[in-house]
Amino acid sequence: MSGISQISGRAAPLDQANVDTDQIIPKQFLTGVTRSGYGKHLFHDWRYLDKNESVLNPDFSLNQGVHKGATILLTRENFGCGSSREHAPWALADYGFEAIIAVSFADIFYGNCINNQLLPIALSSAQVQALFEAVSASPDLEISIDLPEQTINFDDTSFNFDIAEHHKHNLIKGLDAIGQTLELDSKISAFEGKRQIWL
Amino acid sequence: MGKTLYEKIVDAHLVDSIGEDLLLYIDRHLIHEVTTPQAFAGLDEKNRKVRRPDLTFGTMDHSISTRSLALDACGPQNALQLNTLAVNCARHGIELYPVGHKNQGIVHVIGPQLGLIQPGMTVVCGDSHTATHGAFGALAFGIGTSQVEHVLATQTLKQSRAKNMRVSIEGKLGLGVTAKDIILAIIGKIGHAGATGHVIEYAGSAIRSLSMEERMTVCNMSIEAGAKAGLIAPDETTYAYIKGKEFAPSGENWDKALSFWHTLFSDDDAKFDTLVKLKAEDIAPQITWGTNPGQVVAVTEAVPSPDDFADPIVKASAIKALKYMALEPGQKLTDVDVSHVFIGSCTNSRIEDLRAAAAVAKQGKVKDSVTAIVVPGSVAVKEQAEAEALDKIFIDAGFEWRLPGCSMCLGMNDDVLNEGDRCASTSNRNFEGRQGRGARTHLVSPEMAAAAAIEGRFTDARRFKS
Repeated sequence: MSGISQISGRAAPLDQANVDTDQIIPKQFLTGVTRSGYGKHLFHDWRYLDKNESVLNPDFSLNQGVHKGATILLTRENFGCGSSREHAPWALADYGFEAIIAVSFADIFYGNCINNQLLPIALSSAQVQALFEAVSASPDLEISIDLPEQTINFDDTSFNFDIAEHHKHNLIKGLDAIGQTLELDSKISAFEGKRQIWL
Repeated sequence: MGKTLYEKIVDAHLVDSIGEDLLLYIDRHLIHEVTTPQAFAGLDEKNRKVRRPDLTFGTMDHSISTRSLALDACGPQNALQLNTLAVNCARHGIELYPVGHKNQGIVHVIGPQLGLIQPGMTVVCGDSHTATHGAFGALAFGIGTSQVEHVLATQTLKQSRAKNMRVSIEGKLGLGVTAKDIILAIIGKIGHAGATGHVIEYAGSAIRSLSMEERMTVCNMSIEAGAKAGLIAPDETTYAYIKGKEFAPSGENWDKALSFWHTLFSDDDAKFDTLVKLKAEDIAPQITWGTNPGQVVAVTEAVPSPDDFADPIVKASAIKALKYMALEPGQKLTDVDVSHVFIGSCTNSRIEDLRAAAAVAKQGKVKDSVTAIVVPGSVAVKEQAEAEALDKIFIDAGFEWRLPGCSMCLGMNDDVLNEGDRCASTSNRNFEGRQGRGARTHLVSPEMAAAAAIEGRFTDARRFKS
């Protein structure tokens, strides 16, 4: 996996809290056996007026001209709550999103994003509100994210964001997490030697 | 300073730690068809093998039919996924309980039922309701597919330390108030994201008095409060449940295990980041009115008004939820008709749930306007229910009696609702579209669901208690 460092582009606003993984990618699209091809089903129930995905819902923000091709999703509290389905970040990344800015994320979803080179950024409610207002005022606003510096820049504004050091490191380097752990084989074997017999 | 139960389990599974990043050993890995095919494919790409097939157990539950044992009963795509699991398990020497096997069932029902889950263990599964197993004092949580692949390859998982929350419920539950009502009341109090970043330990006399199946119902929905996991310290109830089960320790090992299990409790001076208290007597049967599990009221209460919420985000969510659910502020849910009733899911499909629902079902008939299905959680639950003739009670009352599986909880099979349908459901999520596009889900206990089937609308199930 190649690493990520700088992300820039327009933001698509999704102005609601508690967007759950059933909304991000509904269950009928979970029967695949590969990691690809989920982007067209992203936000299916909101994005399309019909089950066959032939009629776009003109009221849904992602369908509105200026927001097409956005690389950043802007949303509110508790994004990605619900199931552990990794199909959710797969769908968001396949659609073209590279970063998600929200007030907060559900835990499992956050980890799934990190494992898929999709950058989850949590900001304060006030900062997210400022971004919503800026995007509303100029929908083609160019936003740039600098992961090594942990900053988001737009107009003359710059916000800092927090991210755990190991998450940041893995995102920038695009590391193979399993490969890293396999290098600890002797420690794992030593632990196994101490496990209780009934386990 | 003392440790919480969560901290004791984490510390006992630490293989390595790099800063905040903990590498934990995993004692049990449960797998199913939906979240594993890409993980096995990932192993193949790198020519990696499964490190501990002996600690990995598979079942088929999410995308199977509840009317037929044929794997292709719900279409070729579902069949491909199910067959892929069978091939992957066979290739890697993993024990699989496929459709038709006596041990098959919902992954979170069969794990405990087989004695696979024991106090102090770490348990993971590519499913958020893995929190269920915390009922045994095990640290159990849901993971994504990349993490499934990581556990398959290394039998370990990288984790950050979670915060500790203790939810204490003291007192005695009223007649007809269930474990489902306890957990819905907790989520209603702390909110749908109230425990994000935390592991919850449930404590107090009301929790102590619960059976293992009831404890599983409580821990199951920890994720609906945003928690990483839910835990209940093991006690005599736990040990009695495990003893004699297929994979439970026996003989000398039982004694060794038991002495270890006795160390699994939060120390008196352990530090909790967040404390929540509820009185058991204050909890009435619950019904969700909205589109997340925190949007819940007691059956005796009316649907709230968005104006009741000061937080503008919560208010906006309430407006959106009321519109989707076609409900008015101030409306009584006992005046709302249901078209469907679903009794099942990893939350409420165990034998005690079915007994409780049957006790209500035998007092009436399902209304003509209602379609009601009962989906036992496993083959073993189904057989036990049939031995007790519960199936006959349900069928005579007009319920459909189905084969085990996840079914209408998420509708990955053909148990799907249509737009505008309204369902009293014993499952765990009332999200928009969860049970079908445009369908409306109200989460309730098995008793409340059975009572709604008979009345054709929501009603206080305590009426059916004598």
